[in-house]
Order: sequence, then C-alpha cells, then structure tokens
Amino acid sequence: MESVTKAHVDQLKSPSGYPVAILRFGGDIASTSREAVLGTYEALPRETTKLILLDFTGVDYINSSGIALVIQLLIQAANAGQTVCAFGLSAHFTKVFTMVGITKYARLFPNQAEALAAL
Amino acid sequence: MSEPKSTTVEVRLPTKMGYEKVAMSTASAVAKLMGFPEARIEDLKTAVAEACINAIEHGNRLNEKLSVGVVLQAGTDTLEVKVIDDGTGIRKQPAKPDIDRKMHGEEGPRGMGMFLIQALVDEAEWVAGGEGKSSYVRLVIRLDKEAE
Repeated sequence: MESVTKAHVDQLKSPSGYPVAILRFGGDIASTSREAVLGTYEALPRETTKLILLDFTGVDYINSSGIALVIQLLIQAANAGQTVCAFGLSAHFTKVFTMVGITKYARLFPNQAEALAAL
Repeated sequence: MSEPKSTTVEVRLPTKMGYEKVAMSTASAVAKLMGFPEARIEDLKTAVAEACINAIEHGNRLNEKLSVGVVLQAGTDTLEVKVIDDGTGIRKQPAKPDIDRKMHGEEGPRGMGMFLIQALVDEAEWVAGGEGKSSYVRLVIRLDKEAE
C-alpha cells in the first residue's frame, strides 16, 4: 500500500502578467513523496521562476512527513528569493497548515483564480 | 446502576508505512456511526494516522515481524483510540515545533506528529509498556466538542 503522489507543472501568467509556475499535486503526500514534491520543485529553472503556486486540489491525504516536505520546499524557495503560495487545500488541511505555521511563509487561497489574482 | 454501553473495534496493522490509512478509515467509520461532525472526523483521522505512523516508524522501528494494534472503544459520547506498538515508549515529549526555527535550519523539518495529535483531539497520553513492550498512545475525542 505504497502511497502515490502525482505531480506536474503548468506555466501560466498572473493577471498582472507575471510568469507563475504551478506545481499540481495529486494523491497522497507522505514520506514517499520526496521526488514528487522536492524533485518537481528542484527541476524548475531558478533564474526565471520567481512565483510558485502549490496546487493541492487533487490531494487526498497529507501526513506530517508530507508537511515536512512542503516546509523543505519553502526553505529552498526562501533561499532562492521565490514567493510561494498554495491553494486547493481542504478546510481540514488549511487548519493543519495554519497550526504548524506554514501560513507565515506561504499564503493559502481557496482556488487558483484567487491565488493568481493576489500575485 | 448499569454501566454505559460501549462498543469495541480492533484492527491489527502490519508494520508498513501506508497501512495507517486502514486505521484512519476504521476510525472514520466508527466516528460516523457515532454521529461526529465531518470536521471532527477529519481531526480524528489525522491524529490516528500520526499515532500509527509513530508506532510503525519509532515504536516498531519498521520491523515487519511486528504489528500495530488499534483498539477503538465507542462510548455514548466519547471515542477512545489506543494505538499499541512493541516499542519502549517515549521518554519525553518533544518541544512544540517552531516554523521559524525550521525555516532557518535551526530545527529539522519533521517532528510534527505528536504536536498534531495533541492539537486535534481532546485528550492524548503516551504510556510506556511494562518491560519495555506494548507501549501505547491513547486518544480521546468527544462528541460534544463543537467543530472549529
């Protein structure tokens, strides 16, 4: 019963015209998701990627190991001068992300349109 | 005076990451039968998952010869969950995770499981087993607690 994480990247522009990389995740985010979460992030070109959205709309389950991977992504992004926001979390995981303090370093939005509009 | 009725459900999980989802599903089904609101069921699922992950990873140290016991006891307005492993139990509670310290590399990115358990249920206690075996975490969630 290995958890499976799906991940792919879409490149869009915000309503203000800024390029935005959207990392779309699906399935589970757990300890086995390192490559899907960090590998996908690390494959983005650093010089041209300054705005990143994490799309959790298709995610069914996130555990503390998965949250730790998101924090590792945020650390790398902060060191690279990138801005990260997230959307598509359920009400429960919005609460969990808030509890652990992730919202201090990544704003959460209910959906892609609101996230893009805020960038 | 008669004792309040309670119903017990037991699950035995293999010591393999991922099988915590079986305990989550079982806890969710029992809580639904008891009439818990959806938000509290989600809290319970995360707390049970984290307790099982700790039992698999730290209690049984990923030893696949061992198993993790999950005992759910449903009372009239309280659901108690015990997650039992063959570890020696925890010696001391880890410090509350600090996102600023994590972001600045002063604390590892992991170590949030016990914090989440305590934050999401009404009671949580960790009990070391006798002779260093059958340690357990006991979680309690109450039906009268309003969903936040």
